[in-house]
Amino acid sequence: MSVFKDAGHLLRFAGLFVLAFLVFLVVRGYVVPKSFGQYGHYRGNAIGEIAAHPIQYAGHQACETCHADVLDVKKNGKHAHVNCEACHGALAKHADDPSTVKPVLPDTAALCARCHTASAAKPKGFPQVVPAEHSNGMPCETCHQPHSPGMDAPATAVGGAK
Amino acid sequence: MNGVEGFMYPNEITLEWSVLIVLYPFITGLVAGAFILASLERVFQVAAVKPTYRLALLTALAFLLVAPLPLVLHLGHPFRSPEMYFTPHSTSAMAMFGYVYMWYLMAVLVFEIWLDYRREIVLWSQSAGKWTRWIYRLMTLGSSNISERSLAIDERVGWIVTLIGIPSAFLLHGYVGFIFGSIKANPWWSSPLMPVVFIFSAMVSGIAAVMLLYMAIAKLRKQKIDIHCVDTIAMYLFYIFIIDFSLEMLDLIHRIYEADESFRSLNFLVHTQLYIPHIVIQICLGTLTPIILLGITQVVKLPEIARKRIYVVAGCLTLIGIFAMRWNVVIGGQLFSKSFLGYTTYKMSLVTHEGLLVAIALTILPLVFLWVLIKLLPPWPEKDVPEAAAAD
Repeated sequence: MSVFKDAGHLLRFAGLFVLAFLVFLVVRGYVVPKSFGQYGHYRGNAIGEIAAHPIQYAGHQACETCHADVLDVKKNGKHAHVNCEACHGALAKHADDPSTVKPVLPDTAALCARCHTASAAKPKGFPQVVPAEHSNGMPCETCHQPHSPGMDAPATAVGGAK
Repeated sequence: MNGVEGFMYPNEITLEWSVLIVLYPFITGLVAGAFILASLERVFQVAAVKPTYRLALLTALAFLLVAPLPLVLHLGHPFRSPEMYFTPHSTSAMAMFGYVYMWYLMAVLVFEIWLDYRREIVLWSQSAGKWTRWIYRLMTLGSSNISERSLAIDERVGWIVTLIGIPSAFLLHGYVGFIFGSIKANPWWSSPLMPVVFIFSAMVSGIAAVMLLYMAIAKLRKQKIDIHCVDTIAMYLFYIFIIDFSLEMLDLIHRIYEADESFRSLNFLVHTQLYIPHIVIQICLGTLTPIILLGITQVVKLPEIARKRIYVVAGCLTLIGIFAMRWNVVIGGQLFSKSFLGYTTYKMSLVTHEGLLVAIALTILPLVFLWVLIKLLPPWPEKDVPEAAAAD
């Protein structure tokens, strides 16, 4: 029995470990969501919560229903495959109530630079400029028609600067 | 904006892993190395290094406490970090770090230090000042049994813990190398030799750090440096350094001979951007010079003062060299495009949460922890403990 007596301090240290482990289990039970691991290594309820989010994007088909004139300009240009809401932002509310919810026209000086600022990582054939040198802060739509940005399309065509 | 030459993929232009990720393997390396030095005395019965045994353990603990901070600062969201423990992903090597770290911290280092100091802790709990007495009392865990038999049990258990600690130290740092070595998309990192190289470089840096700390503390305390102890440490440093250098050269020669599709790109990098940090600082200044200096002390009989000076210079150069090795692995591995057609640059920021000032603070912080630990648990024997109090 004296072995246990003289090793008592070791049992206390082990007890500390057991206590820490129990605290860990209690905290884990409290902080890990109940639905964690239901489908995989994530919170199962997250799927339902994300699905319940209100729809923000209307989709280009909704835009084209009313803006067929823009579609006519866009479909033959370089931006034919760029979705409307990629530049104009999420517009589901506008599509639901076009007369009340009016979208704000984007500032092309900032908008175009997002994709067309020169970078070594972009393919050589992709149109890219150093905005400060190229336009010196002028809106791109001064020269380019955003829905068909090639220089052959007049900047005053449908959907351009207004 | 980073300076880019040639073609880079968009996600390669800015380096995601900064100087803090360089510090992480450097600090864990010091932990593992310091512990291996401590194990020389405990397990391998190298009596000459006994004066550094406790200092090595406290150094390992001080640096281990700081080891996760670079990662937390880099990732941000410190309140999310416990999730690594709560919901670990078994297929993620990085996610297992928390458990490896906790095992090494609690089951190895803290336990071994507690066992080794237990007799003094009990005595100090009965004699120290008002406030420190309470700290020591807490550390006794309510047991003041320091009978011969209980201390003999501590000695035996401590030996077993050290024995388990050696593979644990290898696991801790080999694992850091494994994280890099297993990234097969990056040819600069992807090598099965990486964990082994990391272990040996960790041993080199940890042993050098404890040697320097021992000499510096002895100087500060105006105590005589045990030259036999420092000579023995330097001898082990020399031999382990040779193994470390051989492994690194083996890796290099293998890469040159294999000359796979990444070779031209990496070769260009080593001869341009990485020339100073890799060839000059890591290999020439931080590896060959200390090996030659330590080699001289092994073959030429030099006076004591000359040996001490050589050890200080070699130790400092070793730490610089190992830090450069971590730098070249972490930063070097992000400077080239995985298309092998372009290169980017790393510009270290100064005052951001991943900048130079934070890196310097994180390098100094373990020394502050060490100072506190040394105040609390003096590693030298001359702090008298009242033997009479050991009666029970």
